[in-house]
Amino acid sequence: MYRTTDILTSSTSGDMVINVGPQHPATHGVLHLVITLNGETIKKIEPHLGYIHRSIEKMCESLTYRQFIYVTSRMDYLSAHINNHACALCVEKGLQIEVPPRAQVVRVILDELTRIASHELWWGAMAMDLGAFTPFFHAFREREMINEIMEETCGARLTMNYIVPGGVMMDIHPNFQKKIKEFIVLYKQKINEYHELVTGNVIFENRMKNIGTLTAEQVISYGCSGPVARGSGVKSDIRKLYPYEIYDKLDFEEALETGGDSYARYLIRMREMEQSIKIIEQLVDNIPDGDFQAKTKAVLKLPKGEFYTSVETARGELGVYIVSEGGTTPYRIKFRSPGFSNLSILNDMVKGGKIGDLIAAMGTLDLVIPDIDR
Amino acid sequence: MMNEELKNLISELLPTAVFEEGNEWLGVNVEPQDWLAFAQQLSNNDLLKFDSLFCLTCVDWKTHLTMVYHLRSTHFRHHLVVKSKLDRNKAEIETVSHIWRTAEFHEREVYEMFGVNFLNHPDLRLLILPDGWEGKNPLRKDFEDPVNMIKL
Amino acid sequence: MWSFSNIANEIHTWLSSQLPPIWATIVEMVIAGVAVIGLFAILGLVLVIMERKVAAWIQIRLGPNRVGPKGMFQSMADTVKLLVKEGMTPNGADKLMFNVAPFIAMIVAMLLMAPIGFAKDFQLWDLNIGVLYITAISSISVIGILMAGWASNNKYSLLGAMRSGAQIVSYELSAGLAILTIIVLTGSLQLSDIVQAQADGWWIFKGHLPVIIAFLIFITAVTAETNRAPFDLAEAESELTAGFHTEYSGMKFALFFLAEYINVFIVCAIGATLFLGGWMPFHIGNWEGFNHVMDYIPSSVWFFGKTFFLIFVIMWFRWTFPRLRIDQLLNLEWKYLLPISMINLLLVTLIAILGWHF
Repeated sequence: MYRTTDILTSSTSGDMVINVGPQHPATHGVLHLVITLNGETIKKIEPHLGYIHRSIEKMCESLTYRQFIYVTSRMDYLSAHINNHACALCVEKGLQIEVPPRAQVVRVILDELTRIASHELWWGAMAMDLGAFTPFFHAFREREMINEIMEETCGARLTMNYIVPGGVMMDIHPNFQKKIKEFIVLYKQKINEYHELVTGNVIFENRMKNIGTLTAEQVISYGCSGPVARGSGVKSDIRKLYPYEIYDKLDFEEALETGGDSYARYLIRMREMEQSIKIIEQLVDNIPDGDFQAKTKAVLKLPKGEFYTSVETARGELGVYIVSEGGTTPYRIKFRSPGFSNLSILNDMVKGGKIGDLIAAMGTLDLVIPDIDR
Repeated sequence: MMNEELKNLISELLPTAVFEEGNEWLGVNVEPQDWLAFAQQLSNNDLLKFDSLFCLTCVDWKTHLTMVYHLRSTHFRHHLVVKSKLDRNKAEIETVSHIWRTAEFHEREVYEMFGVNFLNHPDLRLLILPDGWEGKNPLRKDFEDPVNMIKL
Repeated sequence: MWSFSNIANEIHTWLSSQLPPIWATIVEMVIAGVAVIGLFAILGLVLVIMERKVAAWIQIRLGPNRVGPKGMFQSMADTVKLLVKEGMTPNGADKLMFNVAPFIAMIVAMLLMAPIGFAKDFQLWDLNIGVLYITAISSISVIGILMAGWASNNKYSLLGAMRSGAQIVSYELSAGLAILTIIVLTGSLQLSDIVQAQADGWWIFKGHLPVIIAFLIFITAVTAETNRAPFDLAEAESELTAGFHTEYSGMKFALFFLAEYINVFIVCAIGATLFLGGWMPFHIGNWEGFNHVMDYIPSSVWFFGKTFFLIFVIMWFRWTFPRLRIDQLLNLEWKYLLPISMINLLLVTLIAILGWHF
């Protein structure tokens, strides 16, 4: 409907202009890229956003501090729990609520499970972008187990809405620990299968190595975060640099690669899954007893001022910036979404490459379109 | 670097800066016309090295607009929040997209959502809103959309 | 013993006794045509269901299991759906070319069926240049794809068609060279001669390492020639949505789809004939007893068994490997496969001249 007039007519220079999206199998959503091609070589990529823009920032201005958290599940729907976590942290920072240890641990376990589930989906979808369909189904087998754990404890599989300011909504399901242990045992076998199926494949390596190479300077300048930044050797794990909850007491490594290419980003995510398993292993037997929710007032009012918190979602740094006037609703709220910044580097990343490179590089950016559009 | 040291350094660079304390990170208020030169100093100064602009947004205060830049140094790990008051009817500020490339997209978003005109921006077009969008800027407080907006 | 050739001979004798010779020939031709079309339909249905079952097996799921016993009629139901669907022609398309393209793809596949020996003495047309005929006709298939891509007036289709053109033309070379190794060893272009030459063992066992290399190159090249993953760049779902047949729907799409599967069957049949002995049972040198036991298995079972094994291998490729990029695809052909197959051909020639093969 929109934006067709200047796009469908080719320019006079002999370049071909192609619309990738808003409905395209490789954009995984309604991302719209206008790419200028010379033969198969990409000359320019221009993202057009807004196909799933719901103006969550505006919506949040009319929702109370208890309500607005759940809208954010719909931003990055693959790490919905981590989004909720970021918002809850920001509200807790403003109100200076002390979260009970039990709630902290449960939050972190679910964070890491969400991260694994998100990376699983990314792994399958990225392989599918490269033309291998099978990994998708293999990844979903394990993701399904995580979803079952979520379903039992949170009541939902994708948009968990389990976090409230001051803790979690309800206590964990009796099966919680047992199921997580089962999952860990299975997962440790399957991760080897993943590597056998995809990582060592010659075609896969050729498609990924030296494709979409990013330098550390570029990554920092473009504000990229998460695996995209770490793939270029930039330390950016919020869990390590600016620890929140109990991350400073946990033993895990920040996955770092120096290659900066798609293959490095791929390895980072694979290793992050293993680190997440390591974190869960440390916590699953040590969930402290006690309350799962701090005592809070029925109506929350943040003091006048500005509050910023950031957490590490599966895609990178999610920042929540709340400007409060002292009322029951935020005056202004801004979500610094990782996908938005990561997308902006796309043009620099694949200029001069082939269409196949675009798909491979875009796959390793792990874009979630509702997260970009908000 | 602690906020106190940062404050001293910055007041040397920009004597007119007005500081804002009490939050987690140091806040600086600058005049829009000083912003570009100040931004260049922030990113180039060897003791500051603010190389990452991790959040760029705008707040509509009904009487004026405030640009908010969250800066971080990946080297020293210190933060700075720069704010700049803009006239609501003629909101103009220099772009910083050549200093921090991420600003290009964020400024385009602020341009359409708040109607801030970024001078010398390489490609100031609508990013999220549909082409030919006419009317007010959605994230301003006086924006009303009787059709699509749900009042809660 | 019951066999295809006996049935054919009986029909021939019966017709000759009933009709004048010219009419007998015409009736036989009609019967052969109907049989080929019937085989097409059956092959299409069988291969589609086979592909879906193989994919499901590799992807740890069940696959179609609702229509008929174990979902065996699923592809029939799909065919009915495609038949009753509207075959749209886009407004900006070149209407004639757009509508003719799927038929070209189909006719090429049909023509290729002629020289294939399905069983002992059961062949539509045993022409003396059988292998040459196959390589010549299979090159035409690229025209159908180029026509489809060009006429669709769609940029994705055009890109897909251009990729396919580059791909098929280049991979034909190494497929042809791989075929040549067998011709060098056999000394004949006639498919029945080639099969007969493998009476004391299949070429893949008799021809030492060079024939094994040629076989691997052949399988790679024909996978590329039939646009199957990992060489499915012409369709490249995640890149070009559906490549050259983006704009096709209904039966016109089904014809492309069918042609793809028939082509897979044909290249596998050729591979089986050249390298694995065609309908020839598994024989070892002069082990008379063993060879005699093997002869009890009907020749058609041998032929279809080998062919379907190769088809399975090609399906296995598809569901395991990621796709190559266009320049990597062409690099693979021009920088690796082509030089290797040239040297390989020299080696085979040497072996054939010196008589080193078994």
